[in-house]
Amino acid sequence: MAIPKICGIETEYGIVVRGAAESNPISSSSLLINAYLAVLEGERVGWDFEDESPGNDARDDARRLAIAPEIETHLVNAVLTNGARYYVDHAHPEFSAPECLDAAEALLYDRAGEEILLRSMAAAKHLLPEEQEIVVYKNNSDGKGNSYGCHENYLMDRATPFASIVTHATTHFVTRQIFTGAGKVGSEMPGTRRHDLTFQLTQRADFFEEEVGLETTLKRPIINTRDEPHADAQKYRRLHVIAGDANMSEVATFLKLGTTSIVLAMVEDDAMGDPISFARPVPAMHQVSHDVSLSESLLLSDGRSMTALEIQWQLLERARAWADRFGLESVGEKVGEDVLARWEDVLSGLETDPLRLADQLDWVAKYRLFDGYRERHSLEWSDDRLAAMDLQYHDLRPGSSLARRVGLERLTTDDEVVHAVSEPPPDTRAYFRGRCLARFADEIVAANWDSMVFDVGDTSLQRVPMLEPGRGTRSAVGPLIDAATSASDLLERLRA
Amino acid sequence: MPERELKKKPAPQRREEEVEEAPATGESGTKIKAELDELLDEIDDVLETNAEDFVKSYIQKGGE
Repeated sequence: MAIPKICGIETEYGIVVRGAAESNPISSSSLLINAYLAVLEGERVGWDFEDESPGNDARDDARRLAIAPEIETHLVNAVLTNGARYYVDHAHPEFSAPECLDAAEALLYDRAGEEILLRSMAAAKHLLPEEQEIVVYKNNSDGKGNSYGCHENYLMDRATPFASIVTHATTHFVTRQIFTGAGKVGSEMPGTRRHDLTFQLTQRADFFEEEVGLETTLKRPIINTRDEPHADAQKYRRLHVIAGDANMSEVATFLKLGTTSIVLAMVEDDAMGDPISFARPVPAMHQVSHDVSLSESLLLSDGRSMTALEIQWQLLERARAWADRFGLESVGEKVGEDVLARWEDVLSGLETDPLRLADQLDWVAKYRLFDGYRERHSLEWSDDRLAAMDLQYHDLRPGSSLARRVGLERLTTDDEVVHAVSEPPPDTRAYFRGRCLARFADEIVAANWDSMVFDVGDTSLQRVPMLEPGRGTRSAVGPLIDAATSASDLLERLRA
Repeated sequence: MPERELKKKPAPQRREEEVEEAPATGESGTKIKAELDELLDEIDDVLETNAEDFVKSYIQKGGE
């Protein structure tokens, strides 16, 4: 049987300092995150051993950062009480959401990440000169050939042959773009000019050059082979998916996570049936993204041709058969039902009247808005005003974000999002991590995905391994953590 | 092709909805157009004032 599809999203945000002549993205990312941590006071802790003395300067005197952020020498790296990691990665602020039990919960924590970035921007405002403002964008490209990622992670059974994952996941990653795409004006394919294309389905497809590989920053592969399970490596694999867009639409995020969880569970159950393999997967990925009409046929390795939409119908049909036979427990019963229903609904919409999905899918919402604007003002697709709108769609500020004005359907509530900003998901090890940080931050010297290290005043540090992503849940350790009077007391209780 | 057939059997529930919606297409089309016009009016106030500069200055380093 497929194992629970514990999953989560990590997002690198685009960052600019408005009102500044020039800015260093590393220092502005540091300033942004430090400003948030300064507000949280006491919640900050180093990540693993590399950062054992977690630069207290940030919260002792936050204003110092405003004067000379450039002298920050080590990059910010924090773990939050909701179990997430919030840090500077390369030249971007990155929010790695905690491990979640299913697609609905992973969507909620992705939204909590947006809220945390928003709060960070508000906090950073007080540290900058009045005319300056840090603004972050939840997109994946600057329109000039530079891309940054939104990665998904899925827990998988180590016993499942990797070759089988490669075969079937490639089929899904190439074709799911028709509903996961966040839309983009123009092309950034190497060897093309920006306006060789008017509009395409995804932000990311242009940057993929390989079928399978370890890289994430250049020669990006459709299937990333990074083998770093952050869990018991004998039992588990973490499939690190780099082939998706960051979505503003909750429905798109939910479907991206939900359909992929189902496909991967089907692979584990050996229930995918005959592979649908592309003759040339990388060009197929570009072709799907570049075809707004959704009508182009993709050449398969057996000589047949199918459109991305036809392949998605086929995957849905197989998923239903799998659900009938194996049940939906591995992806969550209710969530799984919801994914299957919405999956069918968007495929029907894409087939009959894509514009009907303007409240559900990012690329459709964008296309409708941009095309309407273009017609009203008689613009060419190459007009800078459309490129500007393309960026502004992903602006997180509610007043400026175009995504927040196009009437996208919500699957979460504001209250749930606010709760998830500080509270961890209850059904994974993220609960243990987050709650320990909330209660005993002063006694924690390091927190990592698969361990916590406590300094309880003895001669040696106490490491608590967390190699089982499904353990350390509220039902298992909640009462112990609540009752413990100190970290030392908690460790005693855990041993008992 | 079998793949085509699959699309022809959506869940019964879905089919009913489509039938109900069908006669309203003209009207809903007009409504959609009006909504879009309203949206375009609304965003005029928040759009970047200097699109060219904004686009030019939005430069990111690659990540991941």
